[in-house]
Amino acid sequence: MNTTTTRATVAAATTSAAIPKAQFDWIPVALVVAIALGALPLIGSPSTWVTLTVAGLAMGMIVFIIASGLTLVFGLMDVLNFGHGVFIALGAFIATSVMGGMAGWAGESGAAQLVAVFTAMLVAFAAAAALGWLFERVIVRPVYGLHLKQILITMGGMIVGEELIKVIWGPLQIPLPLPEVLRGSFLLGDAAVEKYRVLATLIGAVVFAALAWTLARTKIGLLIRAGVQDREMVESLGYRIRRLFVGVFVIGSALAGMGGVLWGLYQQSVVPQIGAQVNVLLFIVIIIGGLGSTLGCFVGALLVGLLANYTGFLAPKVALFSNIGLMVAILLWRPQGLYPVTNR
Amino acid sequence: MISRLLSHDLPRSRWLALALVLVVLALAFAPFLFPGSKALGAAAKMLVFILLVASYDLLLGYTGIVSFAHTMFFGIGAYGVAIASTRLAPTFAAIALGVVAALALSLVLSLVIGLFSLRVKAIFYAMITLAVASAFQTLASQLSDFTGGEDGLTFKNPAVLSPSFEPFETPFFGVTVDGKLVTYYVLFVAVVLLFLALLRIVNSPFGRVLQAIRENDFRAEAIGFRTVVYRTLSNVLAALFATLAGALLALWLRYTGPDTTLSLEIMLDILLIVVIGGMGTLYGAVIGSVIFVFAQNYLQDLLKFGQAALGGEAGVPVLSQLVSPDRWLLWLGVLFVLAVYHFPSGIVGRLRLVKR
Repeated sequence: MNTTTTRATVAAATTSAAIPKAQFDWIPVALVVAIALGALPLIGSPSTWVTLTVAGLAMGMIVFIIASGLTLVFGLMDVLNFGHGVFIALGAFIATSVMGGMAGWAGESGAAQLVAVFTAMLVAFAAAAALGWLFERVIVRPVYGLHLKQILITMGGMIVGEELIKVIWGPLQIPLPLPEVLRGSFLLGDAAVEKYRVLATLIGAVVFAALAWTLARTKIGLLIRAGVQDREMVESLGYRIRRLFVGVFVIGSALAGMGGVLWGLYQQSVVPQIGAQVNVLLFIVIIIGGLGSTLGCFVGALLVGLLANYTGFLAPKVALFSNIGLMVAILLWRPQGLYPVTNR
Repeated sequence: MISRLLSHDLPRSRWLALALVLVVLALAFAPFLFPGSKALGAAAKMLVFILLVASYDLLLGYTGIVSFAHTMFFGIGAYGVAIASTRLAPTFAAIALGVVAALALSLVLSLVIGLFSLRVKAIFYAMITLAVASAFQTLASQLSDFTGGEDGLTFKNPAVLSPSFEPFETPFFGVTVDGKLVTYYVLFVAVVLLFLALLRIVNSPFGRVLQAIRENDFRAEAIGFRTVVYRTLSNVLAALFATLAGALLALWLRYTGPDTTLSLEIMLDILLIVVIGGMGTLYGAVIGSVIFVFAQNYLQDLLKFGQAALGGEAGVPVLSQLVSPDRWLLWLGVLFVLAVYHFPSGIVGRLRLVKR
């Protein structure tokens, strides 16, 4: 909430100096940098550190792409979608089909292989958007305002979705190899940086920039931010928050589908249970960030990604619990998450 | 007398009463009515699930808390018995020690989780418990020296409960009395007693407060009940009963592993059973568990039949995949979604409506 008001007030402050500036809360952002820098002496070698940091950023960005829709939907409509994982699984499985189908066409050409990856992302985006629209219609709409039923019904939606995926693609693990052009790594000095991770980080940064721009600079974004803070007020001003919400739900699902492609490529294989597995990570991220906050979700995702990679290198056994440890630590420090949203 | 035993919480429907009597009779005489190890295994699983789901209903149906960490406590109970039996000797003393230790661990964990997160909204609690449960599952598979990791632990029961124990030469009503049979009846008695205890709890003044909190926690607080305390107590009680259910499962299977106790699939099964059976009534747990385990074991046969009717695997393309025996969960999932919308009080609620 802080960030959103900040952006709004920064924009407004140029026109009228009368509005007092809200303080931007730098501490969580500084925490990300502090963790990254603090890990450097522990790891020792700078080249390893660069590799791990890029890996962490890539993971964080992918998680952010997936989680952003979830946190917005919660912020805007107070709906927590436990079935969000279905869209991830759908995206990942579509990637196996699209990229498998285009493998012959793409052949050896690097550009064509990249086209295949982006086609897969586009198709996953569209398919997840369509499924999201249906999901909102059939599953979520009848249970607005009823938390208990929401949890149950979206969980049920996830069970059904997962089983349907098994019907279409089969219950077994499907390999999703990176195309030739994305394998291997760049060498920065003596630090090896995997090509795919750079791509994932770039895509994540683009998505974050696009989301931040939409939220901060457009009318729709303004309405969404206003809706997160006070839904009834926006409604009483004559805007159809329902329609806005459907839009956010659809875009959020579509982003999850696209993120599913990236996640599948990151894991290099896909299982139908992928959605349920990622769900836990998503919840940790959006709890850390503060439910409903987009910036919080971004910072939380980066924290989770970086910490997972650093601890994975320093103490592999501890890495399995780094997420939950991070969540407990953050909640002890800020019980509402990094960027608390008012009214929630 | 019966009313007293059921804590005056009668089925309130002729059909439900009939179904319950049938279930109890069938389970009581299962070894004699349905010979064969598959049938007996299904009956034992029904018993364990009845207790497990009833304890979850105390949380979900009576207090209105959604927890995804219930399998964690279930697992603690199962691992308690398994670890005690492998580390010490396969004796009753070891089992008792394991159960007590498991109960203590569950008590502490549920208390900590409850106090830490029950102050906040339901949705928050659901997410936190989901994270905690998955961390616990990872922990259990990582401590492989202790828990056997992914493979789990196979152990021996005390002599009286082991399958090789056969006290009588001649079969009894056509059934050989062995340790498996004795174990089954241990389970049966334990589940009946614990279920009646749960029934007693939900129909006590304490249970009424829980229901008040479920209906309107703000008002309950205003009347003067410390809702956090009641919620935490409910959480702890549910955890303890789940631990006992886990211990019973371990006794029956003589095996404990992550897949039988800790996995998210089991948690989803519990959710399905509670909702389909009927939230907020313990009889729902009985009906739901019986139907679910039955479906799990026998719906597949039915679907196989359906698939054969549609021309087998290679028949009608999508349709025959939809009724493939492996997809039984799909149909239960659909039933679950429909149940949440159209009969939120589950099968039991439906049956109670029929009477009027």
